[in-house]
Amino acid sequence: MKRKTRTAAQPAAPAYNGDMRSPDEKTPVPAAAPQAAIAAPIKAQAQKLHFYYGGTVHALKDINLDLAEKQVTALIGPSGCGKSTFLRCFNRMHDLYPGNRYEGEIRMHPDNVNILARQVDPIEVRMRISMVFQKPNPFPKSIYENVAYGLRVRGVRSRGLMDDKVEEALRGAALWDEVKDRLPDLAFNLSGGQQQRLCIARALATDPEILLFDEPTSALDPIATASIEELITELKLKVTILIVTHNMQQAARVSDYTAFMHLGELVEFGDTNTIFTNPSNRRTEDYITGRYG
Amino acid sequence: MEPLYTHISQQYNVELEDIRSKVLQMGGLVEQQIEQALNSLVHGDTSLGEAVIMDDTKVNKLEVMIDEECSQVIARRQPAASDLRLIVAVIKTITDLERIGDEAEKIARMAVRLAGEERPKTNYAEIQGLGNQVRQMVHDALDAFARLDIQAALNTAREDYKIDQKYEGVMRQMITFMMEDPRTISRVLNMIWAARALERIGDHARNICEYIIYLVKGKDVRHTSLEQIEKEILGRERR
Repeated sequence: MKRKTRTAAQPAAPAYNGDMRSPDEKTPVPAAAPQAAIAAPIKAQAQKLHFYYGGTVHALKDINLDLAEKQVTALIGPSGCGKSTFLRCFNRMHDLYPGNRYEGEIRMHPDNVNILARQVDPIEVRMRISMVFQKPNPFPKSIYENVAYGLRVRGVRSRGLMDDKVEEALRGAALWDEVKDRLPDLAFNLSGGQQQRLCIARALATDPEILLFDEPTSALDPIATASIEELITELKLKVTILIVTHNMQQAARVSDYTAFMHLGELVEFGDTNTIFTNPSNRRTEDYITGRYG
Repeated sequence: MEPLYTHISQQYNVELEDIRSKVLQMGGLVEQQIEQALNSLVHGDTSLGEAVIMDDTKVNKLEVMIDEECSQVIARRQPAASDLRLIVAVIKTITDLERIGDEAEKIARMAVRLAGEERPKTNYAEIQGLGNQVRQMVHDALDAFARLDIQAALNTAREDYKIDQKYEGVMRQMITFMMEDPRTISRVLNMIWAARALERIGDHARNICEYIIYLVKGKDVRHTSLEQIEKEILGRERR
């Protein structure tokens, strides 16, 4: 195609800079979700993240979100808003299904690596970013082997080191005192709350930098829920936590920052106190107060 | 500020609306207490004064009842955002309303005491003037609460300055009375108590206006100058 040259008679159009909104739209409208000032250092940053299921369903739309280091960030929003989808991007879980596509990046600090990049090994990402699911899903193995599994995959052979690591992880998950005398027992013999803490111990064994929780207490009773919540506040001394929850009170209780998502967009992000007492967006307000959208 | 009636749970709507209307009911009662206390003072009507003293228990009962309902909403609904602010603002507002009721009762007690004494030449015109201003302020504060109108709340809060000034004027006048004729000291001291009670009512009404601003804007404006409030509140609108 021949490039057109602009003659002197033509009015000079402003150079196209990739932004197709009209000038009126540009200036006064703030970014879709204004970033609250995060006091802590940033552990990970989602930047212009889009995600497509099977190449057609646009499940995440331009998500920009910073995760504060060693803080708890909660994702809330109605079913289907994309919060679990977003969470799963962090450990490349979507790679397991063909046709799924990421756009944008998630940068992890301090090494500033884009964990969505093709050349980055998902297994490596999952070593650094562990995940705990909605329902406790221990392996059909002993309590000990459940925790030791990730270490074995990593190539740890020394029995002594393995024992130490397993104990450390179980202590970290506040489960050690309850299971120290029955480590060879089958994991399924534990109660639901204990199984979930075992899964947390399994996730902790590889010393992850970020822990992802996908509705970790929705299958648990209030007492087990309280112990998991207590555990989360202890864990944040060591790791950065991103938690998806349907229980808004839980988000209010455990998180330092809260992000509200709706229809694949990040609607509002801010410190939890502000989101739950004086959110600035109407949709956030309607959701957390139980109103019609 | 979201409308109260739009929760998915109709029962929740009913509970919040009930609390809101009880606050207005309590406000109406308190307003009436001020008016009757003033009338009993100005007209030397002891029976009206006694009625005000008796009716203070009604105000107290409403305070306890609304507090109880608020605790129940907190326990059962875990209110957030504007609902939470409504509950917090209501709990604080009714404390101030109850204190306004106490001040009205104080005025009524002074009225009963003063009824037995010689009436001043002014026929308590100065107290009545201050009283009318204060009563209007309480009325406007409740009106702003009912309509969640922050501009009206700001205007009403501003009235407190005028009331303070008027109170100063009344005090100077009372001192003059006492200096001119020391025999009036006992009576004038009682009048000073009544004037002081009215001035305090103005402060409570201003507090209520501040809670309305908190309720609507989510901004705690206590211990802040009016100019500062105006700058912060009116400069920041919801997206």
